[in-house]
Amino acid sequence: MTAIDLHVAQRQNAPMTTYRYDAYDAAFVSERVAEFREQVRRRLSGALTEEEFRPFRLMNGLYLQLHAYMLRVAIPYGTLTARQMRRLADIADKWDKGYGHFTTRQNLQYNWPKLVDTPDILESLAEVEMHAIQTSGNCIRNVTADHFAGVAPDEIEDPRPTAEFLRQWSSLHSEFSFLPRKFKIAVTGAAHDRAAIMVHDIGLRIVRNATGEIGYQVVVGGGLGRSPFIGKVVGDFVPREDLLAFLEAIMRVYNRFGRRDNKYKARVKILVHEKGIDEIRAAVEAEFAAMDRSVFSHDPAEFERIAAFFAPPPFESLPEASALLRAAKLETPAFANFADVNVSAHKLPGYAIVTVSLKPIGGVPGDATSEQMRVLADASERFGFGELRVSHEQNIILPHVKQDDLFALWRMLDAAGLATANAGLVSDIISCPGLDYCSLATARSIPIAQAISKRFSDMSRQRRIGKLGVKISGCINACGHHHVGAIGILGLEKKGQESYQITLGGDPTFSASIGEILGPGVTAEQVPDVVEHLVDYYLAEREEGEAFIDTWRRIGHARFKDVLRREGEDGADI
Amino acid sequence: MPVFKHPQILIASNLIDGDVVFLGPSGWERDHRRARVAQSADEAAALEASGKRDISANRVVDVYLADVEIGRDGAPTPLHYRERMRVKGPSVRLDLGKQAEKPAL
Repeated sequence: MTAIDLHVAQRQNAPMTTYRYDAYDAAFVSERVAEFREQVRRRLSGALTEEEFRPFRLMNGLYLQLHAYMLRVAIPYGTLTARQMRRLADIADKWDKGYGHFTTRQNLQYNWPKLVDTPDILESLAEVEMHAIQTSGNCIRNVTADHFAGVAPDEIEDPRPTAEFLRQWSSLHSEFSFLPRKFKIAVTGAAHDRAAIMVHDIGLRIVRNATGEIGYQVVVGGGLGRSPFIGKVVGDFVPREDLLAFLEAIMRVYNRFGRRDNKYKARVKILVHEKGIDEIRAAVEAEFAAMDRSVFSHDPAEFERIAAFFAPPPFESLPEASALLRAAKLETPAFANFADVNVSAHKLPGYAIVTVSLKPIGGVPGDATSEQMRVLADASERFGFGELRVSHEQNIILPHVKQDDLFALWRMLDAAGLATANAGLVSDIISCPGLDYCSLATARSIPIAQAISKRFSDMSRQRRIGKLGVKISGCINACGHHHVGAIGILGLEKKGQESYQITLGGDPTFSASIGEILGPGVTAEQVPDVVEHLVDYYLAEREEGEAFIDTWRRIGHARFKDVLRREGEDGADI
Repeated sequence: MPVFKHPQILIASNLIDGDVVFLGPSGWERDHRRARVAQSADEAAALEASGKRDISANRVVDVYLADVEIGRDGAPTPLHYRERMRVKGPSVRLDLGKQAEKPAL
């Protein structure tokens, strides 16, 4: 059954464009909450030791961090309704400290929940069709997707029905709940990769074959962490009807041959690297041929049922360009900057995609207060059919805004401190929580992001620099995606001090590349100087239309290394 | 047994709320300045033994010894920046964590 009747007309702003739980889903999540409530009770009573309890709490997204527990809530394929966003805000106020942190894998983290409150939090999430299942542990994690899904002009197909299909397939999959290590899947349906699929354990790219049939290019063995790898194509065109069986075959090969003796060599990327993609492909194809595929046979009706939830909202027929937008840009330069930088083309005339930056100058990347979450929920209902997206770049997206409404939206965002016009610019920095919160971190990352952001606080200078991905991780696990930053920064410990290793040339898109190390580590205080020197050198060397990564590729890593070495000799102490 | 180089305190997380706690003279304290300080390997071993008992008693988790230095006021301060972070709270949110409750930290 379905939780809503698709044939009933929707209110103008009703949240129709995302999956709704049916009775099975609701019962499934509810039962998990009850199960975890009992597990917590048994832990507190002493019936379960921490060693016994730990896998249970991790499978429900609950970590123990530096200062407190941390709960990681899944935002499947990055799509949220206004109601869900409000609930996240309410939970932040009731059980946490009034804010949340949007992560690099389309999750939200609460940094201060109490163990005793967690079952109530999960119950509250379940009421709005959310959960924290499989946001940790050695299982298939939250399936992520392009945050412009369904609205990007360069899209072949909305990737979210596929992502939802995979979520249902992978949730508590009995064979894949105890994998050698965690496993991350990302899906895109567009010509430009905004989901970083090349650095996921499995990346899916929706493609068409020569006859126009839709299928999937399947990439396996990508990943960041201490051993970064770009994924390799294991299936050039997998028809939709074979997708689940093909993925099942990959997972079986990984589950069988993936190393369990060394956690640092247990990810599928190591298996692909050690065996080679040809051997892995042969193993997957052999498994695919031998397996009973009938249990994974594609059910077009079920796929269509899921896809129907992602049907476009009731768009109006609008002219291509908005006279109101043009006039507002002329009258208000600050809005014009916002419109130029944070607004992207929508697939339909008269509409726009708005990126709401969670990177105010000097702020904590990805953090939003409960009040800001409510403003975003209100804004989505007022201007965008009640739908929001979370990007892996730690920003919020309003995917369906009329161009006529952009100025009113901007004023609303500006009043809430949410109108920083830096999407994709040097201060739109991806940063993990680092040692300010994370028990695995070896150095802080947020203060580094803040210092760089302040150094480039002149927004006109940022716009002159153009698109530039700075990404910071506080340890080798690379949650801040530093390997794929055009400028990547990795925080390490060196002789009892925080030290930062800088890499150049990373790229998270289809032209993916892993950054190369610039030189010896530098201190926290030196990082903004180094970044500024690199940016200045790029500005001096760039040719028309080149982004930082283009110039770096054209003139080479050595030139950038050399200029920094010379700066050091000139007394810049770098 | 590891070589004893510095005075040590025992750090843990409270099971129920995850707050950082320090073994004091008569139980777990939320303020590191009230932590019991081990001045020898034997005293450190005694701290660890207490910690293990309280793990078994389901009071705390993630228990370990941390090197400290003793200030003029006699209070211990962790030597490593990781533990210095734990006794205060996030350096980017001075309004949160122990530092928010005890401005003198």
